[in-house]
Amino acid sequence: MSWILDHLDDIVSLTLRHTWLAGVPLVIGLLISLPLGWLANRHRRLRGAVIVGAGLLYTIPSLALFVLMPLLLGTGILDPINVVVAMTIYTIALLVRSVVDGLGSVPDEVARSATAMGYTPVRRFFGVDLPLAVPVIAAGLRVAAVSNVSIVSIASLIGVNQLGDLLVDGYNRAIGGELVAGILGCVLLALVLDLAIRLLERALTPWRRAGQGGAA
Amino acid sequence: MIRLDGVTKQYPDGTVAVDDLSLTAPDRAITVLVGPSGCGKTTTLRMINRMIEPTSGSVTIDGQDVLAMDAAQLRRGIGYVIQHGGLFPHHTVERNVAAVPLLLGTPKKQAITRARELLELVGLDPALGRRYPSQLSGGQQQRVGVARALAADPPVMLMDEPFSAVDPVVREQLQDEFLRLQGELGKTIVMVTHDIDEAIKLGDHVAVLQVGGRIAQLARPAELLAHPADNFVADFLGRDRGYRALGFDSARVPLHDEPTVSLGATVSEAAARAGSDGWVLVVDDRRHPQGWARPADLPGEGSIDERALALGGTLARVDGPLRLVLDAALSSPSRRGVVIDGDGALAGTCRATEVLSVIETRERPSDPGDPISHPAS
Ligand SMILES: Nc1ncnc2c1ncn2[C@@H]1O[C@H](COP(=O)(O)OP(=O)(O)O)[C@@H](O)[C@H]1O
Ligand SMILES: [Mg+2]
Repeated sequence: MSWILDHLDDIVSLTLRHTWLAGVPLVIGLLISLPLGWLANRHRRLRGAVIVGAGLLYTIPSLALFVLMPLLLGTGILDPINVVVAMTIYTIALLVRSVVDGLGSVPDEVARSATAMGYTPVRRFFGVDLPLAVPVIAAGLRVAAVSNVSIVSIASLIGVNQLGDLLVDGYNRAIGGELVAGILGCVLLALVLDLAIRLLERALTPWRRAGQGGAA
Repeated sequence: MIRLDGVTKQYPDGTVAVDDLSLTAPDRAITVLVGPSGCGKTTTLRMINRMIEPTSGSVTIDGQDVLAMDAAQLRRGIGYVIQHGGLFPHHTVERNVAAVPLLLGTPKKQAITRARELLELVGLDPALGRRYPSQLSGGQQQRVGVARALAADPPVMLMDEPFSAVDPVVREQLQDEFLRLQGELGKTIVMVTHDIDEAIKLGDHVAVLQVGGRIAQLARPAELLAHPADNFVADFLGRDRGYRALGFDSARVPLHDEPTVSLGATVSEAAARAGSDGWVLVVDDRRHPQGWARPADLPGEGSIDERALALGGTLARVDGPLRLVLDAALSSPSRRGVVIDGDGALAGTCRATEVLSVIETRERPSDPGDPISHPAS
């Protein structure tokens, strides 16, 4: 406990870096997954390819991906960009599927009546399909958030600092307080991100809270 | 005017859903496509607003080829109603109704104000506008669907089984209101249904489709009932065809004076006026029929009030269809059918046998049909 209090500044700055390394890829990954999922949902053949491809991507070991990044991107070994890009890939791997499922969950007759009323494809996407897909996409986003928080900690092994440092250092030097701080930090961060996504989802889906059966 | 000319639709899997179909839907009239499930009704309807592109043939609206128009633009000018309304679950009811005006660039405030007016027009409390569709009953959702289709005041409306998803009582109500609305608005409507009774009730013209997407008969409802073109149509029309045809045939029938008593008269007064069968017709002070009473069944010193009335028969209008006139006689406890004038006042009573005599003199079902019907090709 005293270790934690003594190193509060470090813990806070590592937490912020961790948030950044896990959160930014979450947002970028979502922005890339949306059009990808949209395309996949429209073209049946693309759909299978995208879903299988995304599943495969997620099976690449994170350390391998972190190490590969500088080679692929031409970045420095210690550049945090490596982690951001790798985490974005993981996010996409998890989220594309949710976006496809979410868009697929829009009732046929709703999508069709939008088209019949003269919604252009783009307008229909933003005005009808996407809002209705929010619950499914948000569920995927929550999984991706937790997954990101945990995978990012591996980045300590390639020298990119975040909460994972506490785990590695605490383990190597057998400092119990440091290990606890690392674990608690990751868990709390995951919970906070999860809560944030839930609140956002709630704000975006007021209709789901409207009680059923107002009148006979 | 909507014209389909030699329209064929073959789906990629080889199914021919519509086969060389030609049809004209006249302005300001309801044209109903009716037929068994899978006969190509929905496919035909969707070719009008380009939701489905025909394999061959042409579709024009007021002479303009729909295939040459921008699809979204075209659709914004065509109201579209489907089963359950197809409402957007994530928008409030009024936002749903405002959808097309908003697409067309109407300012939001104005579109919402207009949406509330439309809710009222279709018989809904505008206060429901703030709710979400899931908070409405099926019948209310269906009305919202109609309001939404009307929002941009399109001259043309396409309706795919708009009233099939609600219970029979609500359906009847929606149909009646729809007819009233159409009487005011005079839209050019193509409606699809599998329910022949609905087709006959709502259609100015009815096209009976046969599986494979071919028109078996196109005719006015009365004509269809009286002169089905072939066995398929006759079977599809179902039972009571002859009786239902009377719903479109009006003729004067002999009326008899009917002794009446007023509400509030004493039972002995009523007994004095009752016919030989003991029934007497009770009217109010404006001579509007209230029901039948049988004084012999009532306590002698009482008076004729609402509780004394037997369940009445149906009422028929003097110039109403023979079906209702006959039914008035058949459903009356005295077997004397109550006939009223245009103001609802008693005109006299009719007898079933005399109604049948009138029917005997009418055009027979074997007589040649009217010009818009044509035999199955
Ligand atoms: N997208 C499609 N692909 C293949 N066949 C279809 C498709 N849509 C409809 N059909 C077939 O076309 C025929 C007519 O369908 P439809 O127009 O929906 O009939 P209805 O509305 O009269 O029930 C049916 O045999 C149906 O199975
Ligand atoms: Mg159909």
